[in-house]
Amino acid sequence: MDMRIYDHPILRFERGKSVRFYFEGREMRAYDGESIAAALFANGIRVFTTSGWKGRPRGAFCMIGQCSSCMMTVDGVPNVRTCVEGVRDGITVERLRGPGEIRPEGGVRETKNPPTYEYEVVVLGGGPAGLAAAMESARLGAKTLLIEKNDHLGGQLIKQTHKFFGSVEHFAGVRGFEIARIMEKMLRESGADVWLNSNVIGYYEGNVLGVVRKGPIREGSHVFEERYVNVRAKRIIFGTGARERFLVFENNDLPGVMGAGAAQTLMNVYGIKPAERMLMVGGGNVGLIVAYQLLQAGVEVVGVVEAMPRIGGYFVHAAKIRRLGIPIHTRHTVVRAIGEDHVEGAVIVELDERWRPVPGTEMEVECDGIALAVGLSPTYPFLQQAGVELRYVPSLGGFAPVRDENLQTNVEGIYVAGDLASIEEASTAMIEGHIAGIAAATSLGYTSPEAEERVRKMKEYLNEFRSGPFGKPILEGIERVRR
Amino acid sequence: MGYLEKGYITLEELQEMGFVPPPERVRKGPVAFIECPQEIPCNPCVEACPYGAITMEGINGLPRLDFEKCNGCGRCVKVCPGLAIFIVNARGRYTVWLPHEMLPLPERGSEVVLLDRSGRDVGRGRVVAVMSAEENTRSSIVVVEVPEEWHLYHVRAIRVV
Repeated sequence: MDMRIYDHPILRFERGKSVRFYFEGREMRAYDGESIAAALFANGIRVFTTSGWKGRPRGAFCMIGQCSSCMMTVDGVPNVRTCVEGVRDGITVERLRGPGEIRPEGGVRETKNPPTYEYEVVVLGGGPAGLAAAMESARLGAKTLLIEKNDHLGGQLIKQTHKFFGSVEHFAGVRGFEIARIMEKMLRESGADVWLNSNVIGYYEGNVLGVVRKGPIREGSHVFEERYVNVRAKRIIFGTGARERFLVFENNDLPGVMGAGAAQTLMNVYGIKPAERMLMVGGGNVGLIVAYQLLQAGVEVVGVVEAMPRIGGYFVHAAKIRRLGIPIHTRHTVVRAIGEDHVEGAVIVELDERWRPVPGTEMEVECDGIALAVGLSPTYPFLQQAGVELRYVPSLGGFAPVRDENLQTNVEGIYVAGDLASIEEASTAMIEGHIAGIAAATSLGYTSPEAEERVRKMKEYLNEFRSGPFGKPILEGIERVRR
Repeated sequence: MGYLEKGYITLEELQEMGFVPPPERVRKGPVAFIECPQEIPCNPCVEACPYGAITMEGINGLPRLDFEKCNGCGRCVKVCPGLAIFIVNARGRYTVWLPHEMLPLPERGSEVVLLDRSGRDVGRGRVVAVMSAEENTRSSIVVVEVPEEWHLYHVRAIRVV
């Protein structure tokens, strides 16, 4: 089986050199640059492991290193997140059997006597918010470091194939993955340091971050593949984004149930079909846009279900799939996934005014994937560690950090930007990143009249952007977390 | 706002909102047909129009087209991120320009299935031209000749057969 996409209306997939790996002893083909999880999907593998307690099959859910559902044993090392681990020639990949054993250190992963790096501004997350923040502070002259856990910059922009909305000054009309390329180039030119494949694991007193930094890192005669290090920062800008929400229904743990973002990663980053026939759950912008992108990838979309009486995303996104004959069922939800060890179908049902299933309206649809686009939650654990006050504001996506108009939180020197601050758009995330980056640098004495003028304009633009029916709830929510 | 329940808008709803170009104008030659009924923060069409035919009150405003200033050049069709602008023409023959981002691309001269806003098959048309909409992708504008005048007001997609 080969689930790879070879012909796409928008994307061209340039695959690396062909490599072989072994899954449960079976030889499989992959390409350099694919993650292990993507390579398994391409080869038709859905069951990545089994649950520890009941032995239920487990598949990949988020595809961006957040959910732990895709953990496997790779070359004998257990609990490897295969969605963010690149496939390499000759590796062995096995399903987890029990909790696994931690092996004694082989000398390449060092945790003792960590060195401390000093920076003026440290930015967490290389998505639109983080890229914008880091380029601004570096350009103004602050010694800046950007830390990103993935092997690429751009965050979720790299899988956005649609043209952006908004204003022409802020990339409207440009496709998301192209925006990522432009921003990466701007960042590289700004002089900021970048650590890819590096995980921040904690925030400690004195504005110190614990980081597992990807090497090679030379220390005397040692070369470490990976090293635990400390990073001390005068200012920290958190742009850690959000994670996809889950939904409660029977059999929701069956492999083939995945985040809509995961489907996007597979088809738009790796060029691999996430399913042959997909049911989309959620009629917000993510659900509608990803449904359209599934069609572009050659996946059949059996329908979009939305529990609300109306679609929540932009109408024009609904119109694009509807005119191609894709059914949109408002006031419907999924109640059950069907299948033994992977999704083979789903049962959807109509809801009444009080969100109760209407008896007799159950409808079975045949599909081998169920994509969930039921909202995003900000990734805020580091903010909690840092003592940032969070308030529950549903219109911002849940717990949202208190901040001022420069995106500085109640903790002096700690800033937020993007989906972490409020679930919104990539374009607003970028603008918030620019504002936070300039504000952080300015607070250290690095500034320019030009930067100040741009911040003033960007704040004006944000207010205008958020003045419409889609932006108003955001604007009102931000009032509730105003520092 | 029935269109948010169904996912497609009717010609009557568009008519009420003033989006439908008058048939007399369409008979004079190509003109844009904007189907953007919701206040969303987006304005590339305004900037793209060389004739100042599209106006908007603030970035969340609805695009308003001056049917007389518009000459159907199609620049707005290319930039609209919502794929919500079409060109219709009833002069000479009936043609409609459709943004098309799916594979396969139809061949010039081929017969295609005409789909309305709800995806319903409403007849057959012939592809008159396939124009590239941007560099580096195969996003295109497909110009289709349709048999009847009413098709101009209803056909919004094609299926390649």
